[in-house]
Amino acid sequence: MESPVFDRADFIRLTGMLGAGLALAINVPGCAPAAGPSAKEFAPNAWVRIAPDDTVTVMLGKSEMGQGVATGLPTMLADELDASLQQVRIEFAPPGSQYADLKMGMGPIMITGGSTSIADMWIPLRTAGATARAMLVAAAAKQWGVDPASLRTSDGVVRQEGSDRRASYGSLVAIAATLPVPANVPLKSRDQFTLIGKTGKTAQRIDVPNKVNGKSVFGIDVRVPGMLYAAIARSPVFGGRVKSFEATKAKAVHGVTHVVQVSNGVAVVAKNTYAAFQGQRALNIVWNEGPNAHLNTPALFAAAEELGRTRKNERVALLKGNPGHVEGRVFEATYRGPLLAHATMEPQNATAHVHDGACEVWAPTQGPTAAQEAAAKAAGVPLERVTLHTTFLGGGFGRRLETDFVTEAVEVSKAIRGPVKVQWSREDDTQHDFYRPMSVNNVRAVLQDGKVVSLSHQVVQASLLRRALPRLMKNGVDFSSMADVVDVPYRIPNMRVTYIEHENGIPIGSVRAPQANWNDFVTESFIDELAHAAGKDPLAFRLAMLPAGSRSARVLKLAADKAGWGEPQRPGIAQGIAHVFWGGTYGALVAEVSLQGKMPKVHRIVTAVDCGTVVNPDIVTQQSQGAANFGLSAALSGKITIQNGRVQQSNFYDFTVLHMADAPPIEVHIVPSSEPPSGIGEIFVPPIAPAIANAIFKLNGKRLRSLPFSDALA
Amino acid sequence: MISIIVNGEQRDVDVAPDTPLLWVLRDELNLTGTKFGCGVAQCGCCTVHLDGVATRTCVLPVSQAVGKQIHTVESLSSDNAHRVQKAWIAEQVPQCGYCQSGQIMAATALLNKTPHPTDAQIDQAMTNICRCGTYGRIRAAIHRGAAEA
Ligand code: FES
Ligand code: FES
Repeated sequence: MESPVFDRADFIRLTGMLGAGLALAINVPGCAPAAGPSAKEFAPNAWVRIAPDDTVTVMLGKSEMGQGVATGLPTMLADELDASLQQVRIEFAPPGSQYADLKMGMGPIMITGGSTSIADMWIPLRTAGATARAMLVAAAAKQWGVDPASLRTSDGVVRQEGSDRRASYGSLVAIAATLPVPANVPLKSRDQFTLIGKTGKTAQRIDVPNKVNGKSVFGIDVRVPGMLYAAIARSPVFGGRVKSFEATKAKAVHGVTHVVQVSNGVAVVAKNTYAAFQGQRALNIVWNEGPNAHLNTPALFAAAEELGRTRKNERVALLKGNPGHVEGRVFEATYRGPLLAHATMEPQNATAHVHDGACEVWAPTQGPTAAQEAAAKAAGVPLERVTLHTTFLGGGFGRRLETDFVTEAVEVSKAIRGPVKVQWSREDDTQHDFYRPMSVNNVRAVLQDGKVVSLSHQVVQASLLRRALPRLMKNGVDFSSMADVVDVPYRIPNMRVTYIEHENGIPIGSVRAPQANWNDFVTESFIDELAHAAGKDPLAFRLAMLPAGSRSARVLKLAADKAGWGEPQRPGIAQGIAHVFWGGTYGALVAEVSLQGKMPKVHRIVTAVDCGTVVNPDIVTQQSQGAANFGLSAALSGKITIQNGRVQQSNFYDFTVLHMADAPPIEVHIVPSSEPPSGIGEIFVPPIAPAIANAIFKLNGKRLRSLPFSDALA
Repeated sequence: MISIIVNGEQRDVDVAPDTPLLWVLRDELNLTGTKFGCGVAQCGCCTVHLDGVATRTCVLPVSQAVGKQIHTVESLSSDNAHRVQKAWIAEQVPQCGYCQSGQIMAATALLNKTPHPTDAQIDQAMTNICRCGTYGRIRAAIHRGAAEA
């Protein structure tokens, strides 16, 4: 039995006490009806309400962006409640500290990222479900005048053993709501789970039905009465400002109603999205381009390399042994990683209505509390006067942790005194992103008797935390830049890991498995280089440096085993392997690759993953496949380049992404585990690129030390 | 006024004739199942059927849809009874779901024309982008839909 973390004070017992804060004003199909808690519902805590009609409404403190939280989180609660997933409705929680993320360690904020959702909610949601169940059992015992110990629950029904007494949860809510909330309700042991870890029809995603008929409401689908549509022309150079603008042509576009300046540029407001886009293009703006107008990708790389050479402001993140004084064969290499855009399928957008000293926002956001704060600031109203509705997200990948699109919508609404949706075009989205930082990684290793005895890894990257959460910088080290560098699983006696911050004016952010999605390419390619230099099989070389039975060793062996590692391959095909650690989860990936002209072709991917206890095996499989494809897309052709401070790419024809024809079959093998659950939404983004590069080395003897492959192989 | 036939019904809309059908469906007719992803016929999020042919509507002036039968994802069935929707559910295809209306409309058109497509035919017909990387399951769902015809 695990001990619950809630105490009495955490529970708000009666529905009425929850107040209007929970009311959602839009009807999100697939979610509970718009009204929020009704007076007749039983709401033993912030997470769950049970209605007389047996509907169980689960509040989601996390955003659904494809990763499956809208199913995984209710599964944990419903299992302890002994309800079926089919009776569950979901509702996106409003901003509030009761829904804050506990795992990220960032204070009482709601945030969906870092593959933390399931781990974060593992105990709280199960406790919420178990507590509600205990109260329903107590209600039935009271109604029938029997001993609660004689009662059993399943599928939303309380039964008495050895009698034909049965009552659905819905029929018990009135009594349950009058009972005291018990503390320290025991949780199920693993063998008692009925939903957690199960596959099949009963474990299907709750959000899927409305995603095959067009009913799911994404941010772009929000429509409020009287709403207008806006597009914003932003500075083509990062950080530029409007000097002057001329809007005659824009105003002449059929359907355009307003042209207003906002802090991020000039907004064209219209009666429909198309007119807004046309007006945006018709604007004539003179920009004050500011200090970033000289930025160019080649010069940025040169500057990063110079920083690496001079070691100016180099900060030590990890020092072990004496890496400077180890004898042996020395290997050195430099790896160069490009900027990368998120390219969520749904371009950024938000809808806002500022009126009467209050502000209402509808946004596809990964950070409801940050979005609420941004809205309050832009509207000039107190935080509690901002109502924020989180919609479904058409992809997040870290882009929707930002609040720029919320600020814009609120500013435009304020200016036009009415409700408005600000919609980004794909070009806006590509050119005004918060990119994965470019990176220069200098690595050095010493081999003795075919073993790595020393490893130095210097990371030169712009800092994500400097902008987003500067208080989390440690001794000048941005630890988000250290993923899959400081935590390499291999036993190497002498290690030195350093960080050099390369501030350069480019807005950077979190891209799915931030910085691990580049760093792992360096770590796992370089280890592979060393294996070949030592004349060892790359898998055996890795395993020799891992504690036998470690979770890293286990996933490597499992993936290799399932892929048929070491067996003869068809002519022209080679296998490459890579390890990854992210979000508390261990993964290994084998890629089967051939070269077709100047591009790699991936024929098959085999993954093995250890993410602790699995809540929903099919979603683990789905996320593993999706993340590997996301990484493959970036590895093959993903890059953003800068010329004169401007992003050179603009849409899917020059920021190219993976299509069906290049998406290989992906096998997923899950390591059975009774550890607590860990993250799954990002794990296979990082290891696909090194696995491919390692296969390519076997094919042509060329070591690729930059991405994407479309450039590296050119 | 422009008159078009959407999901079997005549609809009159007051827009400029060069307005792409996508925005007429979404903003004028509130048929928001059809999505916007790129605006330049690259991603397929905006796919509907025009006289049964999968068509990207973000670059199609509404004037060119006059007189044609326009079918959007909403027309398949609202209770997910269409065989392609069923296949999509059985294979648990959607992740974020944003691309899926377009994927489903492209797949439905493919299956109507080619009842039992090969993998190569699927590769050729299914050029819609999915940033969540659901391609393997889309392929499986198309094969399943073909088998259940
Ligand atoms: S929005 Fe039409 S193809 Fe992308
Ligand atoms: S399911 Fe998210 S883009 Fe396809």
